[in-house]
Amino acid sequence: MTTNILTQFMTELLSGKIRLVDLTETLSPDFPTIVLPPEFGQAWPFRIEEISRYDERGPAWYWNNFSMSEHTGTHFDAPAHWVSGKDLPDNTVDSIPLDAFIAEACVIDCSAESRENPDFLLTIDFVEQWEAKHGRIPERAWVLMRTDWSKREKPSDYLNMQDDGAHSPGPDSQVVPWLIKERNVHGFGTESVGTDAGQAQHLDPPFPCHYFMHGNNRYGLQCMTNLDQLPPKGSVIFSAPLKIRSGSGSPLRVLALVPNDAA
Amino acid sequence: MTNPLSRPPRKNPVERTRQPTRPPALRSRRALGLTAAAARGTFELQVCQECEAVQYPPREVCHKCLSERLQWQAVPPKGRLLATTTLHHSNDLYFRERLPWRIGTVRLDAGPVAIAHVHGDCIDGEAVRLALKLDRSGQAVMIALPNKPTPHMEDDKTLRETSCDPKFRRVLVTDATSAVGRATVKALLDAGASAVFAGNPQPWKKNAAFDALCQDERVQAQALDVTDTDSVERISRSIGGKVDILVNTADYAREGGILSGRDIIKARDALDVNCLGLMRLAQHFGPAMASRASDGVNSAVAWVNTLSIYAHMSLPTRGMWSASQAAALSASQCLRNELRPAGIRVIHVFSGPIDHEWEQLTPPPRVSPSAIASAIVRALQAGTEEAYVGDVAQEFLARMQDNPKGLERELGNQA
Repeated sequence: MTTNILTQFMTELLSGKIRLVDLTETLSPDFPTIVLPPEFGQAWPFRIEEISRYDERGPAWYWNNFSMSEHTGTHFDAPAHWVSGKDLPDNTVDSIPLDAFIAEACVIDCSAESRENPDFLLTIDFVEQWEAKHGRIPERAWVLMRTDWSKREKPSDYLNMQDDGAHSPGPDSQVVPWLIKERNVHGFGTESVGTDAGQAQHLDPPFPCHYFMHGNNRYGLQCMTNLDQLPPKGSVIFSAPLKIRSGSGSPLRVLALVPNDAA
Repeated sequence: MTNPLSRPPRKNPVERTRQPTRPPALRSRRALGLTAAAARGTFELQVCQECEAVQYPPREVCHKCLSERLQWQAVPPKGRLLATTTLHHSNDLYFRERLPWRIGTVRLDAGPVAIAHVHGDCIDGEAVRLALKLDRSGQAVMIALPNKPTPHMEDDKTLRETSCDPKFRRVLVTDATSAVGRATVKALLDAGASAVFAGNPQPWKKNAAFDALCQDERVQAQALDVTDTDSVERISRSIGGKVDILVNTADYAREGGILSGRDIIKARDALDVNCLGLMRLAQHFGPAMASRASDGVNSAVAWVNTLSIYAHMSLPTRGMWSASQAAALSASQCLRNELRPAGIRVIHVFSGPIDHEWEQLTPPPRVSPSAIASAIVRALQAGTEEAYVGDVAQEFLARMQDNPKGLERELGNQA
C-alpha cells in the first residue's frame, strides 16, 4: 500500500535511517560560471541586489532580486540544451515528465585519478572495474562522477583555465554512448562546471556527454558538491528544476536520500 | 624654492580626521566661463568683439565701450607681479586651515589687473605666468606662477590645493587587467603614487602582463568585479579608507547596433559594467573618499572615469556600447556634482578608438593605451576636469562644437 510505504519512509527519515545529503553549492556572486570566448554570448553569473532589509526601502521585510543564467550554480541540463536534443519530445524543463526528477544514483569515485590528472577521462574500462566491485549499474540510474572538484579553490583552481582552455575531468566519448546503450542510464552528473571535461571540445564528437546524453533525451547535473558523502550505490536523488517555459536547464536544489545503516 | 613634500607618515589611528572645508564657491553665471576654461586647462578671458578690450573680472558688457559682444577667447597667460602680501589671518574656514597664504596683484600683458593666488617662487615685480585652476570648490581661480619651472614647484600649496597630483597618493584602478588599466598603473607609479590597488575582474583568467605588474611591491591586486555589488562592497570595506584617487577603467566594449541585433544581453552587460558599475563604485567608495578630502598630504582628491567620445554622440556600428557610454557620462556628471561639496574632483578622460583587441578592425589612428594613461596622469597633475586624448577625439570635439547635426549624420555613414 502506497500510504504504508510513505508512512514507513517518513518514519525512517525522521528516525535518521534515511539521511539527507545536500549536493548543492550555495549561489553566490563569486561562484564560477562556465566561460566561453568573449565574442560569444555568455551565461550570467549569479548576481543579487537587496530590495529592502528592514530599512527605509521596506521597514518590516527583507528580500532580494537576483539574476543568473539557466546554467549557473548547481544546475540541471535538459535535452534541449544541446543541438542533438533539440527535436526530442518533452525536452525542456517545463515538459520533462515529473518522474525524471527522482532517480537512483551510482557514484563512481574518480577523486584520486582527478587529483593526479586534471584532464582525467572516465572510460568504459574504469566503469567496468567499478561494476566488478559494486555490481552492475541498474537501469534508469544517474551516474555521478565524483572527482572532489568541488573542494578546489574557486574560481581559479576550479575553472583551472590555462592558455589552451579549461582543464577538468569528465567522461570520454566512448563511455557516454555505452552508458546509454548498455546500461540505459538516466543521466550524468559532475562536480565541475560542466558535465563534459574541460578539454572536451577536442574529443570526437566535441562535448560527448552533452551530445549523446541530450541526444538520447537524458539529463545532466553539474556543479554538485558532497558527492563524497554518497555511497557507491543505493542513494536516491531528488532534482526538480524550476518550471521555466521552454527552459534549457535550471539552477536547483539537489538532494540525496542515503540509507544510514548506523542509525 | 619650493620645499618638496615628504612622504606622509602612517596616519595616527586615534586622531580625528579633519573634515573637508571648501574655498568660497559662489560665482556669477558669467564667471563660469573661467570655470569652463580651467576645467579644460586653458587660459581664456572675455574679449570685446567691438573694441578688442580684454575683460577681467567677467562682466555683462565691455568695461571700455559697453558692447554686449563679449566672447571667451584664449589670451596670453602672461603678466607682471605688481605686489604681493602674505595672509596670516582669515575668517574663512578653508584658508584659515592653510595659512599663511600668499596673494598678489598681477597686471596681465593682455591689459586687466587681477588679484591672484601667488606661487611661493614668484618674485615681486617680475614677469609671471598665469593659470586658471579649479580650486577645491570646483570653481576657477587665477594663480600666478614663476615664469620658468622651478624645482618641486608642483608641491607649492597653491598648486597642490588645485591639482590632484598622484604623488604620495594611493590609487585604485578598477580594472587593471586591460591594456588601458595596465598602462594606467604604470603611469601612476611613475608619477609618484605610493600605492596602486589593481582591480582584477577575472582572477581565474591567466594574465601574465598583469601578474608582472603585481610584482612591484607598490601594487596590490584586488579581485574586483564592478558588476558584482557584493565584490565592490567587500573591497570598499577593506581598502575604501585608503583610496585617495579612483580611476575607473572598467569597460565592456562590443560591436553592434540596435536594430538588427538579437542581443539585449550584450546591451545589458555593457550597461552593467559601464554605467551601473560606476554607480556601484560611487555608492561604496564615494562616501569614504568624501570624508577624507582634507586628510593631509594624501587626502582623497579625485575620481577619474575613462569614457569614449561616443558617450557624447552614438557611433551606430557600436550603438549599444555608445548608449552605455552615454549613460556612464550622465551618471558621472551626477557624481561630479555630488562629490563637489566635499572637494573631490571628477575627471572625464575621453578617447576615440583605443588600440586594443576590441577595435581590431577599426582603421588607424587608434589611441595607444599609454597615451590614455598619460592623459589621466596629466589631468590629475594639472587639475583639469576634461581631457580629450588623441587626434580622433580632438577632431570629434571640434566637429561636435561646430556642427553637431552634421557629425551625427557622418557617424551614421561609417560602416
